[in-house]
Amino acid sequence: MSEHDMGSGLVQETYEGSQELADRAQTSPEELRRERGAVLRLPEGGAPGSSDVDVERTGDDSMIINLGPQHPSTHGVLRLMMELDGETVLRTKPIIGYLHTGMEKTGEELTYQQGATNVTRMDYLAPLSNELVFALATEKLLGVELPPRAVWIRMLLAELQRVSSHLMWLATNGMDLGSTTMMIFGFREREMVLAFFEKTTGVRMNHNFIRPGGTAADLPDGWEDDVEVICETVLRRLETYDELLTGQPIFRERTEGVGAITAEEAMALSVTGPILRSTGVAWDLRRDMPYLAYDEVDFDVVVGTYGDNFDRYAIRLNEVRESIRIIYQVLDKMPAGDYRVQDKKVTPPPRARIDESMEALIHHFKIFTEGFKVPEGEVYVAVESPRGELGCYLVSDGTAKPYRLHVRAPSFVNLQALPVMLRGGLVADAVATISSVDPVMGEVDR
Amino acid sequence: MGARAPRRRAPGDAPLTAVEGAATFPSRRDYHDAVSRLRDEGFEMCLDLCAVDYLSHFGRRLPPEVSPERFEVVVQLVSVSGRRRVQVRVQVPESDPVLASLWDLYPGVEAMEREAFDMVGIRFAGHPDLTRILMPEDWEGHPLRKDYGVGRVPVQFKDAPGPR
Repeated sequence: MSEHDMGSGLVQETYEGSQELADRAQTSPEELRRERGAVLRLPEGGAPGSSDVDVERTGDDSMIINLGPQHPSTHGVLRLMMELDGETVLRTKPIIGYLHTGMEKTGEELTYQQGATNVTRMDYLAPLSNELVFALATEKLLGVELPPRAVWIRMLLAELQRVSSHLMWLATNGMDLGSTTMMIFGFREREMVLAFFEKTTGVRMNHNFIRPGGTAADLPDGWEDDVEVICETVLRRLETYDELLTGQPIFRERTEGVGAITAEEAMALSVTGPILRSTGVAWDLRRDMPYLAYDEVDFDVVVGTYGDNFDRYAIRLNEVRESIRIIYQVLDKMPAGDYRVQDKKVTPPPRARIDESMEALIHHFKIFTEGFKVPEGEVYVAVESPRGELGCYLVSDGTAKPYRLHVRAPSFVNLQALPVMLRGGLVADAVATISSVDPVMGEVDR
Repeated sequence: MGARAPRRRAPGDAPLTAVEGAATFPSRRDYHDAVSRLRDEGFEMCLDLCAVDYLSHFGRRLPPEVSPERFEVVVQLVSVSGRRRVQVRVQVPESDPVLASLWDLYPGVEAMEREAFDMVGIRFAGHPDLTRILMPEDWEGHPLRKDYGVGRVPVQFKDAPGPR
């Protein structure tokens, strides 16, 4: 505790007003224009007039309802306050924080060695991406260079993670549109990937496998066969999904033109990932700012045209195919060698060495009791998670614990696009649109 | 044993930000104009905004012309067309933790600025809806400040003396 603590008025009364969506009678016209005005202000003269946002409307014919936080289609504890006119959505406000557990604060209390166990719990559908970005940030501060096998193992896992996350999305999105078949299919295929993760890392999620300095272990014997089976099966089943959903008139009617967003709006709202690509902006960090060894593999960035729910569906479906294409190349090119740096200050020594070397025992003890010290500095590292740009801003003060750990969670930012996407649509479509944003509340609230 | 590991960075090495050279440090007064200029230069998206409380790490290394303050707001901009990133870091004093909002330039910072306000207590002038976003409405204090007491749960051992 410092001398700043008492009596300096730092802990202020901080009631800053309600987070809820205010009644129309208490809302200014500027506020009513916000969902469109904020975004459309960018091109000069594009600000909406009063006719665009019916500011003349009184509050009598509209009502405000809560969707969530305990609604099955909100994918967790997301609460949406919507102003409705009959079935039409006029305004929306996402209210979040129900799953906030202070993980960024917790991260300041854990050593870099332990940190991966914390970040992996943020995006629980793509835990390996979180571990990856944390490990990359720590390694950048440390200045260690990974052996090639560690890099390629990470790429393999990250792409398998994308496959499993997108399959999960296909399942839940199918569910939201009434296709329970798709839900069962998606979970069935995802299970194969999770089984491989369990074989490799020991657990189905929250793996703590990608750690600063490499990975926790090497891939298990016979991993090539497992991965090949996964790839073949998923590729074959994707054809089934195409048959089930892509060409199906009901599905197309429910998704085409629904929840549309333009490229300008998406970029103004800092939206990344499949939502940004669905508007036609080909922005994928794997290609545009390569990390790991993505510049050595061949793949396409899938983009859409209309920015609607169907484009987002098609993009995720085809990104699974692209991921499998990358995985096949990883199978061919996986180098031999070590799966972590042999730097005794960063990674623990092999178990066998501890029995024969006092020095190894000391290193092991130091790493697990004190952790390793990371030189001072600040670093921002970003990777392409299945949901968009996943960034990690890490500040080190030279000790073994991060001074500040900030995670730029893609879902947190992408949720801002919801009011724009839902505006003027129907409540029934809102459910599909929420799903197409693919929010993971663990990551939104951290 | 694999190949010899490359040299790690040692505690005395130059800080990473100076090596990278991708950060700009505008003053608080210039902050909004500086970001506005960057946007005109082609940085179309603001990907991240976060605040750091440097209370117990005040002596961090900064360029000589920048005088350190307790808080720092870090903004990550990206140019999609140019495939470049730039970092904007601005110092915010403890006595008056107010900063201009970037909301009129990048509407996407709305949630991020709300989070920085909620967690660290930076007030963004010009933000349309500066309310708490992750904590409950009536929460007191800003949890990611370094002088925010985290509290603890006493671990109960058999015959242990009471919580200290």
